[in-house]
Amino acid sequence: MSFLRRHRILERHATLLLITSFLVVSIGGLVEIVPLFYLENTIEKVKGVRPYSPLELTGRDIYIREGCYVCHSQMIRPLRDEIERYGHYSLAAESMYDHPFQWGSKRTGPDLARVGGRYSDEWHVLHFTDPQSVVPESIMPKYSFLLDNRIDARYIEDRLKAERRVGVPYTEEMVANASADFTAQADPDADWEGLLERYPGAQTRNFDGQARLTEMDALIAYMQMLGTLVDFSTFNPDTNR
Amino acid sequence: MMGEKQDPKTAEPETTGHVWDGIREYNNPMPRWWLWTLYATIVWGIGYMILYPAWPLVSQATPGLLGYSSRGELAHTLEEFNERNAPLDAALVTAELADVHADANLMEYALRGGAAVYQAHCSQCHGSGGNGAVGYPNLLDDDWLWGGSLEDIRYTVVHGIRNDADEGARFSQMPAYGEFMEDEQIDGVVHYVLSLSGQDHDPYALSLGAIVYAENCVSCHGEDGRGNQAEGAPNLTDPIWLYGGSEDAIRESVAYSRHGVMPNWNTRLTEAQIRQVAIYVHQLGGGE
Repeated sequence: MSFLRRHRILERHATLLLITSFLVVSIGGLVEIVPLFYLENTIEKVKGVRPYSPLELTGRDIYIREGCYVCHSQMIRPLRDEIERYGHYSLAAESMYDHPFQWGSKRTGPDLARVGGRYSDEWHVLHFTDPQSVVPESIMPKYSFLLDNRIDARYIEDRLKAERRVGVPYTEEMVANASADFTAQADPDADWEGLLERYPGAQTRNFDGQARLTEMDALIAYMQMLGTLVDFSTFNPDTNR
Repeated sequence: MMGEKQDPKTAEPETTGHVWDGIREYNNPMPRWWLWTLYATIVWGIGYMILYPAWPLVSQATPGLLGYSSRGELAHTLEEFNERNAPLDAALVTAELADVHADANLMEYALRGGAAVYQAHCSQCHGSGGNGAVGYPNLLDDDWLWGGSLEDIRYTVVHGIRNDADEGARFSQMPAYGEFMEDEQIDGVVHYVLSLSGQDHDPYALSLGAIVYAENCVSCHGEDGRGNQAEGAPNLTDPIWLYGGSEDAIRESVAYSRHGVMPNWNTRLTEAQIRQVAIYVHQLGGGE
């Protein structure tokens, strides 16, 4: 086993040991760091994904604040059983504007990546207010206070700017209209034309059935758009992925 | 240095031969089994890199000789199952729904598949056992809003009820009578409806209630109050209530009206799955 003993050469020359250690660490570092600069390549080119509308973004913040992610993931894995239950597997493109993303595989509650459109708004209101009233075996806590927590557009412009700073392509127009879009989306009497132009596919209606704008409106607006944006006719599965 | 094997308990361990200020260093190499395991993992790692996707390159990772990808594997599994089920699916899609029960094998397939579809997509509203909830119809009884025949159930599953996504969705809209009726009129009709189902009611309110009912409610709920499945108008004479049959619940239904929504499933489920779940729901207890 003489080749094993060659190690001695390295161990006995401090400079040689330093240089070779440096080489090994550099290769390891390169392998881990360089791909990060090519992350764009991992995102499928599909049509339909857009930044969150101001109300959806607020709903998403509530989702994160309430720790929904502790039990619910938003990532349908490419496995047959998950597809049968939740729908098409999630694409990287679908969470490219998520900061932070909601991937995961721990499902105390069901995955929510494609929950949009699956239930009616009324169901969501009932379910958030008292989950056991519609799903008796559920262990989800009650979130009835969302119906009472009013929200306003006070910080929404800054919120959009913050998203833009981490790379979400909110345009000047989106930021300028943030406050108007925020209130219009859940107002059944509003003019939605501009909102729908800026955020195609956004759902517009009174989500919680109350006249005032509450956290329930925002959270349901977020729930109802989850997984609905991608136009799957433009998706070409790359077999190498 | 590495000479004959010595008894480690008695012999002085060999040293590396270095001496610094009289300090010597024992030579205790890693055990052979450990070293060989390490080298084996390196060899295995190299093999893995060659066979499977590994090194990230500019446009994508090296694909690996085996051409493996998790999405490719998924497509393969899906294809395999679809192929296996294809004859049954084809038979189910072309069969008359009413005739499926005659084919024991096909019926078994429909029921098992239907139960799985039901648990994944329907149980959240209609209950794991089909018993429903307030506002979500019980599927175990023989009271049907939009019809309980196999074809009716299939249509409801395909198009849903009062949703915006499907033009074929079943639709009816009871007005919110509270917006234009006097409290007295509402009170009367509430008690009239209570009387239809044989519950305690105020007999003095009945005469006004009967007039209000005849003028506003008959067209959908019928003169006898037995409802109309073409309009999704519930039978008011039985003790089965979607939103509760108490005086308060009925008053709320009359004053504010109720518009339950069901999604259309034709975009999420295949025709075979829809037929499976229609057959499953039909046999839960109340199918017509």
